[in-house]
Amino acid sequence: MTIPTIVGAGLIVIGAGVGIGMIGGKAMDAIARQPEASGKIQTAMLIAAALIEGIGFAALFAS
Amino acid sequence: MRYSFLSKKIVAVFILISGVLSAQEPEGEKATGAHDLRTEIKEYIDHHLLDSHDFNLYSYTTDSGEHKYVGFPLPVILWDEGLKIFSSARFDHGHSVAEVDGMHYALYHNKIYRTDAQGTMHFGAHADEQTHSEIAFGEELVVSDAHPTNVKPLDLSLTKNVFFILAVGLLMVLVFRSMAKKYQANGMPQGLGRFLEPLVVFVRDDIARPNIGEKKYKKYMSYLLTVFFFIWIINLLGLSPLGVNVTNNIAVTLALALITYLITTFSGNKNYWKHIFWMPGVPWPMKIILAPIELLGTFIKPFSLMIRLYANITAGHVVMMSIIGLMFIFANWIGSTLSFALAFALGLLELLVAALQAYIFTMLSALYFGMAVEEDHH
Repeated sequence: MTIPTIVGAGLIVIGAGVGIGMIGGKAMDAIARQPEASGKIQTAMLIAAALIEGIGFAALFAS
Repeated sequence: MRYSFLSKKIVAVFILISGVLSAQEPEGEKATGAHDLRTEIKEYIDHHLLDSHDFNLYSYTTDSGEHKYVGFPLPVILWDEGLKIFSSARFDHGHSVAEVDGMHYALYHNKIYRTDAQGTMHFGAHADEQTHSEIAFGEELVVSDAHPTNVKPLDLSLTKNVFFILAVGLLMVLVFRSMAKKYQANGMPQGLGRFLEPLVVFVRDDIARPNIGEKKYKKYMSYLLTVFFFIWIINLLGLSPLGVNVTNNIAVTLALALITYLITTFSGNKNYWKHIFWMPGVPWPMKIILAPIELLGTFIKPFSLMIRLYANITAGHVVMMSIIGLMFIFANWIGSTLSFALAFALGLLELLVAALQAYIFTMLSALYFGMAVEEDHH
């Protein structure tokens, strides 16, 4: 585990965390605006989060 | 009594620090004891996450130092100048050489190699080191990153993962068949059908119909239902104490993604291929640039399905086993309790991830099928 590998892994996790955090934040705003659509918003949020996490994991395994 | 927030913070920090401090061992002979424990935990994790040729529920060491296993051996099927079928009990959990029809086979790191009667493994190293031979078991092998260069026969055997895939498939056939028969008898399901009916309706109404469209979704429902329940059940079994990690194996997820890719390719209509090779609505230099990218995209989308499922489940298992191993390294009250609490919370998250990954795989497969059969709507 060399230093560049560790730094790269940290950057990947930061990227995935920022992405999923932004999605979560926007989803909270949307649910606050329209609480009756919260089911659909939650579904869409989970789908987007899983896609971003897929990229994050793929990059982590490649590093 | 209401504690102020500051005092709660101080108590939490104190507990954490004491947990960390209690993990440090004093210098001297105890340090080597911890080192052996760490390598033993690492070996246990590695062994637990790999496939194996026999099905063991657990193993224990009796008072006389004997290692006993509770389980049964599975058949080994090899193709090496002829079909050879024998029971994996001959390998004796990797401690002996199996002799079949005059040829000898040995297990090394859960792979079967052809050796001679003593079980010699030849190791090829990288270019600047010499090759050397070791006996595969009995002593510590000192090789670090050398890989064996013995001949490996084609291994078609019924390992633990294959056995569980077949068992889950049989279970699904039995359960859903009986549910379908009960639908024919009454109009309403009874028993287990009551639990499964909302799930099946969920797959149909929220996954298949919006993505594939009203007219064509019925053809793909059987595959989507199969994949959804199969992945969910297999992920849940991976978390149970049985110790089977089917989706931990990239070959299994590769097979599932390959089936999705084949169904997408073979059910693509003219509109689909037109969108890939000659995307309408863009100027013609862009069309030539887009064609190889879109073609690569058809491979990369199922590839990402495979990686996503494999990486999520494997990472979850590795982290959870590492935290449980941490429980044994902190061999005291505070550290072990905290590790156990963390492992428990992570286990709950893993349950969510099991269901979520099944849903994501099914939904993305339905999306790809929908894109393949989409009608031209210009």
